[in-house]
Amino acid sequence: MHPVRKKRMITIAVILVVLAAAIGLVMYALSQNINLFYSPTQIAQGEAPQNVTIRAGGMVVDNSVERASDSLDVAFSVTDYQHSVRIEYTGILPDLFREGQGIVAQGKLDERGVLIASEVLAKHDEEYMPPEVTDALEKAQAQ
Amino acid sequence: MKKLLFFIPFVVFIALGVVFYQQLGKDAEYMPSALVGKQMPEFKLVDMASDTVVSNSAMPNEPYLLNFWATWCPSCSVEHAYLGELAEQGVKIVGVDYKDETPAAKKWLEERGNPYSLVLLDEMGRFGVDMGITGAPETFVVSAEGKVLYRHQGVVDAEVWQTLKEYMQ
Amino acid sequence: MIMLPEIGHYVLILAMMFALALAVLPMMGYLQRNAILLSTAKPLTYLMSGLTCASFIILAIAFAQDDFSVLYVSQHSNSLLPIWYKISAVWGGHEGSLLLWITILTLWAALLAFKSETLPNSTGPVVLSVLGIVATGFLAFILFTSSPFLRILPDQPVDGVDLNPLLQDIGLIIHPPMLYMGYVGFSVAFAFAIAALITGNLNASWARWARPWTNVSWAFLTLGIALGSWWAYYELGWGGWWFWDPVENASLMPWLAGTALIHSLAVTEKRGVFKSWTVLLAIFTFSLSLLGTFLVRSGVLTSVHAFASDPTRGVFILALLVIIIGSSLFLYALRASQVKSQVSFGLTGRESWLLINNILLTILTLTVLLGTLYPLIFDAFNLGKISVGAPYFNAVFSPIALLLIVFMGIGPLAKWHNTKGAMLWRLSWLPAVLAIVLASLVFTFHEFDVYMWVSFAIALWLVLMCLRDWLDKVLAARQSLWQRARKLPRHYYGMQLAHIGVAVSLIGVIFVSMNSTETIVRMAPGDRVDVGGYEFEFLGTRHVEGPNYTADTGVINVYQDGQVITQMLPQKRLYQARQQMMTEAALDPGFTRDLYISLGEPLADGAWGVRIYIKSFVRWIWLGGLLMMAGGLLAAWDKRYRRKTGA
Repeated sequence: MHPVRKKRMITIAVILVVLAAAIGLVMYALSQNINLFYSPTQIAQGEAPQNVTIRAGGMVVDNSVERASDSLDVAFSVTDYQHSVRIEYTGILPDLFREGQGIVAQGKLDERGVLIASEVLAKHDEEYMPPEVTDALEKAQAQ
Repeated sequence: MKKLLFFIPFVVFIALGVVFYQQLGKDAEYMPSALVGKQMPEFKLVDMASDTVVSNSAMPNEPYLLNFWATWCPSCSVEHAYLGELAEQGVKIVGVDYKDETPAAKKWLEERGNPYSLVLLDEMGRFGVDMGITGAPETFVVSAEGKVLYRHQGVVDAEVWQTLKEYMQ
Repeated sequence: MIMLPEIGHYVLILAMMFALALAVLPMMGYLQRNAILLSTAKPLTYLMSGLTCASFIILAIAFAQDDFSVLYVSQHSNSLLPIWYKISAVWGGHEGSLLLWITILTLWAALLAFKSETLPNSTGPVVLSVLGIVATGFLAFILFTSSPFLRILPDQPVDGVDLNPLLQDIGLIIHPPMLYMGYVGFSVAFAFAIAALITGNLNASWARWARPWTNVSWAFLTLGIALGSWWAYYELGWGGWWFWDPVENASLMPWLAGTALIHSLAVTEKRGVFKSWTVLLAIFTFSLSLLGTFLVRSGVLTSVHAFASDPTRGVFILALLVIIIGSSLFLYALRASQVKSQVSFGLTGRESWLLINNILLTILTLTVLLGTLYPLIFDAFNLGKISVGAPYFNAVFSPIALLLIVFMGIGPLAKWHNTKGAMLWRLSWLPAVLAIVLASLVFTFHEFDVYMWVSFAIALWLVLMCLRDWLDKVLAARQSLWQRARKLPRHYYGMQLAHIGVAVSLIGVIFVSMNSTETIVRMAPGDRVDVGGYEFEFLGTRHVEGPNYTADTGVINVYQDGQVITQMLPQKRLYQARQQMMTEAALDPGFTRDLYISLGEPLADGAWGVRIYIKSFVRWIWLGGLLMMAGGLLAAWDKRYRRKTGA
């Protein structure tokens, strides 16, 4: 074989092997580590699997937050205004956790249909600025 | 053949662009509101004018707008002037002062005029939670019987009013 | 004074006019071989830059003066805010941070124009013109969709909404400017690459010109990322230093691609090989910077850092992205296929080691890109809403990165074109043995973990190899060690510093994940708890009033061997304007460990949920970042870049 061509073949072979290994690693990691999102309605209708890490989100139901008096256990319900799902969590809730706040919890459903959360995330911003407002402002400015 | 190889980055990028475009319209954290068509939740809130606690019975017995606002919300100052115009046309508007400080709210209404037939103080935002609002301003159309007919998130202006008006009848 | 915001707006419009002129005139001048049009590039750049800066300063003045009639000011500032936060609030939201982005872009362009004396006559104007195209696009984006100068008239709010409390922090005052310096700095390498494609001069010279610029941008980006990580560590209150959040990934991807670019530019300059690959990498790096901007601004991904999303803006910036990146890649496809490497590269030479570096870094970039975009692609095909968790990134990123670091030890030893295996072996067997022995020694004091042991050995191997290489270079000659050491060029020390920085960060990461303790406990006043050899006593909380917040301050005494070593005061703040709660962690920093306490929520009877962490060697992560930055800057200031280069 011509030496230049041989060199090129080796280079390409090395790249392909490394790439294949990386793709394998990526596929494996992805199959293990993606978490599907389910709404409370989907959970109530039994669409979500048990004992698999999933994410669930909704508004925290008013007066649903119960705290244990002697530990950091806390339980609450989230709703999408159709169904609600109960979430149990041990630990410190995020600063932005409030009743009525939209939250997302990550965890596993148990046999009772309760989500045992390992992580609770709250959304950051309360005020939004829809495009209509910008329009209105431009109109106000034009006058 | 070899020349085509150099087009791969371009093609991959364009494919990615198409995916991005499809995703743009979607709200990644969409929360549906299921209150429409249902009775408005029970509440007990302080009425700003009389400083007494009022409940659902204090609401107007004709179709009205329920408007969540606050002095901390710039978009609310945008819609305020338009709400004033609506009030002059005889539209009943109930204001809910959402997560706000009452003295600031009083001052605001004195300075800019008060379009509301009734102002309820929701300092803790409890009522806002019951109504499922996610921010301010938000405006609901409520029937004479206290049924929620429509929800609008964001500023109310002449264009939005055309939609709201239909639900008012 | 009252008209200032309007003036700011018009100044920005003028800046866009000049940017447009810069995008068109010099390019026409190049195509028509018209020297007069070519010579417009420099003055136009200065005008564009000066006007953009002026408009940025005007916005800053509006913030300093609490002009709440300006919508953007009212949304992001408050009269109670301390003055330095008022200034940093300029880039606290979407509109202002874009203005900062474009201001930095025009500053880089002005600096390039200033330095363009050393470039051949036609290259300089074409490069500036490419930057003019990018600037035009982004100025139009600001003016059409996100002007920060819009007014709320006639009813202006009494006071502003306040800056998001999370952003009221020293780390966040300097983080975005540093990050943008890096992101935007890659536009210079990009402009050089595009100019090379346009003019057809794809020889080694463009790589030479682009190198110092790329190094400096990379250094800034490194600092920006380190600052962001440091901020997240103490401000988010959960003691993590990297979350694989889309916004973080958006800054990591250009960094990885930029790292590959720095190395690939070296090969192209020295050996004249990988020419088309390096051009592609320059485009790729800047594209990732733009993509980061798009992902953060458009709301297509959910993130804790996300700005309010707005589909109109999303469409605009996507269109901009498609035009800039799409046309670059198209141009690349047309031109790069005609390039031939004159010199073949040696299979055992340094170029091969750098090729491995490039392959691995590119794969790392792509895995992060895939993980970040996967939820989007999944959703686009209606397969459901998913999130890709940190475990994915850890599982994929770490082994590839470790492999890369193994090669990092060998690469610098290799000679161009051809390296003798015997020479490599002679230099590297001792560091390899030492690394394994030392790593094993450390693990005799610690619970054994194969993965950590391997990682630690690799970190030591990198440090020892850097040292070995240096010794080999300074001991070889007859001159004194000092003289010899001084003779080594700055870019060599820059490289060594940056490589050692990687090892230092890696050691930090290993110890933080291996040796840290984390306890979340319920503590009533008077309670004591033992964590990792320290005893923490909770004395209760007291109420504190800040300038724009009220807070509960927890008082916690820390004992070691029965002695009070420090008192720590974590806070739970309530920011009044937004009624937002914020956790302010208390830190007792140290070279080998940080004590970290944050308050959770108040529970019954004056008790609180309290998080106590002891973080081993966590400072090393950022120390490594600083070393990398210093290395990048040192390499850029190498003497050989200052010589005038004839075309």
